[in-house]
Amino acid sequence: MATTYLEAIREGIWEEMERDPNVFVIGEDIGIYGGAFKITAGMLDHFGEKRIVDTPISESAIVGAAIGAGMMGLRPVAEMQFADFITCGFDQIVNFAAKCRYRWGASVPIVVRAPSGGGIHGGPFHSQNPEAWFVHTPGLKVITPSTAYDAKGLVKSAIRDNDPVIFFEHKALYRRVKEELPQEDYTVPIGKARVFREGSDLSIITYGAMVYVAEEAATELEKEGISLEIVDLRTLLPIDEGTVLESVKKTSRVILLHEDTLTGGIGGEIAARIGEKAFEYLDAPVMRIAAPDTPVPYSPPLEEAFLPNPQKVLEKARQLLGY
Amino acid sequence: MAAVKSLLTGNPAIAAEEPGTEAGLALRAFHYMTLMREVEDRIERKLYRQGKILGGVYVGRGQEAICIGAGLAVEPEDVLFPSHRDLGLYFIRGIHPRQVFAQYMGRVGGITRGKDGNMHMGDLSLHIVAIISAMAASVPVAAGAAMALRYKGSRNVALCFFGDGATSRGDWHEGLNLAAVQKAPVVYICNNNQYAYSTPLSKQMRCENVADRAPGYGIPGHIVDGNDVLAVNATVKRAIEHARAGLGPSLIECKSFRMTGHSAHDAASYVPEHLWAEWAQKDPILRLRSRILAEGWAEEQDLDRITGQIRSEVEEAVEWAENSPYPDPSEVLNNVYEQSIEGK
Ligand SMILES: Cc1ncc(C[n+]2csc(CCOP(=O)(O)OP(=O)(O)O)c2C)c(N)n1
Ligand SMILES: [Mg+2]
Repeated sequence: MATTYLEAIREGIWEEMERDPNVFVIGEDIGIYGGAFKITAGMLDHFGEKRIVDTPISESAIVGAAIGAGMMGLRPVAEMQFADFITCGFDQIVNFAAKCRYRWGASVPIVVRAPSGGGIHGGPFHSQNPEAWFVHTPGLKVITPSTAYDAKGLVKSAIRDNDPVIFFEHKALYRRVKEELPQEDYTVPIGKARVFREGSDLSIITYGAMVYVAEEAATELEKEGISLEIVDLRTLLPIDEGTVLESVKKTSRVILLHEDTLTGGIGGEIAARIGEKAFEYLDAPVMRIAAPDTPVPYSPPLEEAFLPNPQKVLEKARQLLGY
Repeated sequence: MAAVKSLLTGNPAIAAEEPGTEAGLALRAFHYMTLMREVEDRIERKLYRQGKILGGVYVGRGQEAICIGAGLAVEPEDVLFPSHRDLGLYFIRGIHPRQVFAQYMGRVGGITRGKDGNMHMGDLSLHIVAIISAMAASVPVAAGAAMALRYKGSRNVALCFFGDGATSRGDWHEGLNLAAVQKAPVVYICNNNQYAYSTPLSKQMRCENVADRAPGYGIPGHIVDGNDVLAVNATVKRAIEHARAGLGPSLIECKSFRMTGHSAHDAASYVPEHLWAEWAQKDPILRLRSRILAEGWAEEQDLDRITGQIRSEVEEAVEWAENSPYPDPSEVLNNVYEQSIEGK
């Protein structure tokens, strides 16, 4: 039976809790209710209140307590109800968790899970993609899976990792994406991108829900005999520069695609690295497709205009192929 | 108050009442509470289920007495910071149900022209500040607004609303403490509806009452029956006088119950059955109705006429909103800044 992206994350956490008695979950409405998105459904019954810790509405305390517990040898998985509310725990993440090892050698083995992304009519405070803030914070790891396989394998790696990991789950993928998963335990390494689709004419470097936007564009272009390669970054920090550069060297044309807004987004960072390290392989300028520099609007036509879509990718791809 | 008058003049039962009397207050409250209930029922139980509203829907069913009792205690230029369950405040300030339906449906006729949805709406010309989603974020903002009102020599105050769950946020504590230290003219009003999403009060705080937190900040705390609109009104009035007199902020806890799921998608099966039945008995609109009849402030048919009028107003408003166009996609880029920085 195929497993959804949502169920894959749930299974990943569940199996880690079975494997390691130090793993526990902390967050809002995660007990009886099973979490706003049901990631922790059934966990309270199975693991009990000691390991499924329901909290008041206190993101800063959730992250802070996770840090403290992590330093005492536990392996906390903290849930933000929406990624948009991660701002309320920002100081704990970027100043406390991220800087312990560098300053005084302490491990902070926490995972902060954050359901992110638009396309669900959530409006400005239930749709954001705040990954770039954390990518700009040395000491953190930042993960953005796009498939059920990766979501499960990466959440396991995140839990086993000894550094603080921010795990962005794209809400629009929760129930939309599914696949058969292996029966046996597996992990997906942090920091490794994956070629989601092989191609030779143009590379799209992307992650999260945008992988599927790129895929739709690729299917369309295939009909015209154009072969698009899609690189799914999977981890944004540390970035897998090798896989990106390899793809660029192969196709010589590249689009960086993300749902996060344009200015200061991860696309700019990757463009710079391509410019520094693969300039002579390029046949065309490096292009970015991202949301415009605005908050995420609520009204359907506005949100549609805001989000990158296959049409926008096709336009940019054709422009690049014309070089 | 021009907008309020215009809403009421069509209503003989209310127009007949002297402003400032308890009867007048009760009838105005009845009007607004019924309006809020009818509009929200339409939103939650019809438009949302018909798929005409996409996205979150949070209503104040069963808690109407809180925002309306408070809203009828303020002057038009007192600054309001509604929470996501305080729709009635907007009506008191003259917002039309048409604009609210259009807001929920993401239409141009909505208060934010489709930029945001549901209760995320404000209008500084009406002295209403829009919430952000993050609970309690308005609490320090209201402290600052109140400090500014005093700074400018205004006699106006700020009223800031939030739920029981919001009081667990750091912003809440920082905001209350700052307001207290500054003696800011602000009244903090908690709708204690006993739940924060699925989380019952006992998992939110160890103190029995939200108001118990007030002494920790050195400010007065009051507990009031949040389903008794006249009691809410009287308590808020006292706290406003306290603030206007330069004596600083107060915290008012209105005990009530959320007679619905957290949002339209939530069946709230975590709420014990008996609580629904118990609190249905205490419905604030039914209670006000009985009180009005018992006091002889109006006759049964007067109240039915108010309700009937509101229902047709709601019908018309829904139709208006459905005919309001969606914003043009190009509007996505508007108003990020006062002056566009496009191309700079
Ligand atoms: C900082 C923050 N964390 C989580 C949420 C998600 N959330 C929305 S409403 C809510 C419950 C709010 O409870 P309460 O303050 O009691 O207000 P009520 O909805 O009961 O009126 C939660 C957890 C949020 N909006 N903001
Ligand atoms: Mg509540």
